[in-house]
Amino acid sequence: MTIIDPHTLTGAYALHALSDEERAAVDRHLADCAACAQEVEEFGATAARLALAASTPARPAMREQVLQRITTVRQTPPADTTPMRAGRALRGGAVRWALAACIAAAAALGGTTWWQYGNAQDARQQAAQAQRQADEVAGVLSAPDARTRSAKIAGGAGTLVVSAARDRAVFVTSDMPAPPRGKVYQLWFDVDGTMRSAGLMSPDRASQTVLMTGATHDASGVGITVEPAGGSRQPTSKPVALLSMPA
Amino acid sequence: MKEAVHIGPHPSSKPDLQQLVHEAALGDQDAFAAVYDAVSGPVLGVVRAVLRDRAQSEEVAQDVLVEVWRTAPRYRPELGTAINWILTLAHRRAVDRVRSVEAAAARDTKAALLDRTPEYDEVTEQVETRLEQEQVRRCLRTLTDLQRQAVTLAYYRGLTYRQVAESLSLPLGTVKTRLRDGLIRLRDCLGVTA
Repeated sequence: MTIIDPHTLTGAYALHALSDEERAAVDRHLADCAACAQEVEEFGATAARLALAASTPARPAMREQVLQRITTVRQTPPADTTPMRAGRALRGGAVRWALAACIAAAAALGGTTWWQYGNAQDARQQAAQAQRQADEVAGVLSAPDARTRSAKIAGGAGTLVVSAARDRAVFVTSDMPAPPRGKVYQLWFDVDGTMRSAGLMSPDRASQTVLMTGATHDASGVGITVEPAGGSRQPTSKPVALLSMPA
Repeated sequence: MKEAVHIGPHPSSKPDLQQLVHEAALGDQDAFAAVYDAVSGPVLGVVRAVLRDRAQSEEVAQDVLVEVWRTAPRYRPELGTAINWILTLAHRRAVDRVRSVEAAAARDTKAALLDRTPEYDEVTEQVETRLEQEQVRRCLRTLTDLQRQAVTLAYYRGLTYRQVAESLSLPLGTVKTRLRDGLIRLRDCLGVTA
């Protein structure tokens, strides 16, 4: 790619269909282009309607879990700056026809922070999430009731660590061969003979520690399969390993 | 432009969600519970549309809802309604998850994309909010086939427009245009004013 033309990317931007580089270019442009910012805002609201149409009820247990989690999450302080967004001053249908004038408008409108979640905040959130996961992993591994079970897996080794009190499990691997190109190792809980996904392993690390997704109390065992990138809803191949839950 | 018909309620029309988010931002956990009740369905729905995997979707949806609590003090009503803020965040997180998994895998892009070609019916088969769904469905029908495919692949499957171009065997520029034109039609049909 040579030049990113932000004008024509408003649709892809609002649908989160851009690479990070393109997204950043559009972000910079939106700061200077009121009409584009207006259009992106309307597209965002339109996309929200697509989300509303896909609404699906959550399990009651999820409500309890979320409401429990927030009791331990500290809220961010309000932002101390109040940047104005460019599009706010311009309203109405006429603005839609003003796209061509975007560049001309740039000088008149100062630099602004457009998106509620900029890259810096994304990075902080990712760091916070990584920290939470690391805390959870440490919690399971150091739990007084932690039980382990090990197995040879595809030439490497895997150890399952379960804490019943925490209702969580961690899977530790060493020297696992890389999955075939385009494939990924997926972890499963065996719940009454049905496999419930417990997350994906990183395909490019032979040794890793994975916090398994979901509760352990209803699981009788853990399986690992090779699945297409992105994972599967149900296992599509024979497990490379099956472990019963440690007693 | 044809006057948009508004069928049935949807969360963005509830006047109190803004207020509830404001109260949650002040640390009111009961207010957040009410926010949860108003938005958890759409949040989970959009995340699951993109991720499909039930367990992963629930994990991401939970993270999104906790993030809503955590960052509520930073929410600024002048930048858009609360429901738009929350659903934009939910879609972004779902897309981030899909891409991080995909980026980590040296995958056969073409095969993976073909495997993921969506049907709109499949996305919405479990939809509860029938009226909202009906209106969106009706408006999606006003798009050309290419516009509709491009928009649904990008939004409901979390594809980049490059991946959309690849899976529909279209030039990049065409997909860019189709996405924008499709959203313009949808916007006008749904009567969205932002």
